[in-house]
Amino acid sequence: MAEAFSRPDRAPVAHRGARGYLRAVSAIVWKDLAAEMRSRELLGAMLVFALVVILIFNFALELDIRTRETITSGVLWVTFTFAGTLGLSRSMAIEKDRGCLDGLLLAPVDRSALYFGKALGNLVFMLIVEAIVLPVYSVLYNVNLLQPGLLLVIALGSIGYVTVGTLLASMAVQARTRDVLLPILLFPVIIPVLVAAVKASNGFLQGLEMAEIWPWLNLLIGYDVIFAAVALMVFDYVVEE
Amino acid sequence: MIEVRRLVKNFGLKVVLRGLEFHAEPGEFVALLGPNGAGKTTFLRILASLSRPTLGEVRLAGFQLPSQAAAVRRILGVVSHQPLLYGDLTAEENLRFYGRMYGVSRLESRIADVLEMVGLSARRRDLVRHFSRGMQQRLAIGRAILHDPEIMLFDEPHTGLDQEAAAMLDGVLREVAAKGRTVVMTSHDLARASELATRIDILSKGVIARTVTRQELDPAALPALYRAVTHG
Repeated sequence: MAEAFSRPDRAPVAHRGARGYLRAVSAIVWKDLAAEMRSRELLGAMLVFALVVILIFNFALELDIRTRETITSGVLWVTFTFAGTLGLSRSMAIEKDRGCLDGLLLAPVDRSALYFGKALGNLVFMLIVEAIVLPVYSVLYNVNLLQPGLLLVIALGSIGYVTVGTLLASMAVQARTRDVLLPILLFPVIIPVLVAAVKASNGFLQGLEMAEIWPWLNLLIGYDVIFAAVALMVFDYVVEE
Repeated sequence: MIEVRRLVKNFGLKVVLRGLEFHAEPGEFVALLGPNGAGKTTFLRILASLSRPTLGEVRLAGFQLPSQAAAVRRILGVVSHQPLLYGDLTAEENLRFYGRMYGVSRLESRIADVLEMVGLSARRRDLVRHFSRGMQQRLAIGRAILHDPEIMLFDEPHTGLDQEAAAMLDGVLREVAAKGRTVVMTSHDLARASELATRIDILSKGVIARTVTRQELDPAALPALYRAVTHG
């Protein structure tokens, strides 16, 4: 027993600098993925929900092939948004339920590392769901979605969504009504992402000129950068008691 | 080691700590007693840098809170009545995760030492959600000592433990104190506190209302003193 307290190299000091920061971020991502591999709670819920939504749309909108192409971007982003909300809520609830959020906050790392770790984990879950939903959608709606431009828009939109969503989920998780509160807080704030993502996705699906799509892509990139910076600045205050 | 002056903490209009003064020397084991709502957990959360003081000065090992919180967290181990562990990770994976967060060197051998110490080596690959409350608390102690902190905060660590687990925890607490760590433990258990601590502080109405040193301590008279201070 004494060994655990009397090592000659006692007080292994916390890592500092960029390497330590990245190690903390990767530790959080690894932890989220490892826990999810076991429970499959979060991905399972997101995936089932997303597939049910596109199935409902498929049966509700019995449309011709041309009309289907025009509504595809809208249906896709509604699906990603709702499924993503489930994932964000669950991801932070896991931290709160056993007091693990305190465990994270006690770590001697910059708190923005906690934010980026959680955001990256959420992004991975979101991208996994999207990677499964896209082929299913392609088959059901007979629309080719495997286009590099569209995949870029989905990546940028997901980054924007997760950037804001992780921050607001960290805020909402402190409340008893967190499951209700998150969409109420999140949806108004992500309207610019959704509008830009839907317009840009539609542009690629309709085969529009890049000149028409660029403004929406620029908006997505700008939103991603601005909200990542905002989250970096305010996360410490959001999680503070 | 720990120096607190005129500490005030408000939650909205509710004043929880009212100018609290506290100090602890290196190697001292302070048991913080007090009724529910006296502010014990709030005080410990401020020491742990989890909550900001409204007013007052808090220093741990010379570092000021909240401005030097990261430095304080490096020398601090915290055990609360919640285990702060992930149920879907194994015991070993939980310690590996926290070890990486704290930048613990030679992590794998350190994990092995700590699991041995808390008596969970045989269960190292079991998921924490399958652990009993006592085993979770033992692993929580392992998590808290993994980075070999100089100051340890225990917030009602015996809550929900059976006799065997509580006795094991007492052994760990004695071990921590014997190695010269500064310990602050909140508790409702007067007998246990008088047995373990070198000093007892009774918190009432947001201030330390009475301090009893080891030399002054009469375990038989402690319950009456506690009642007089907290109901007086």
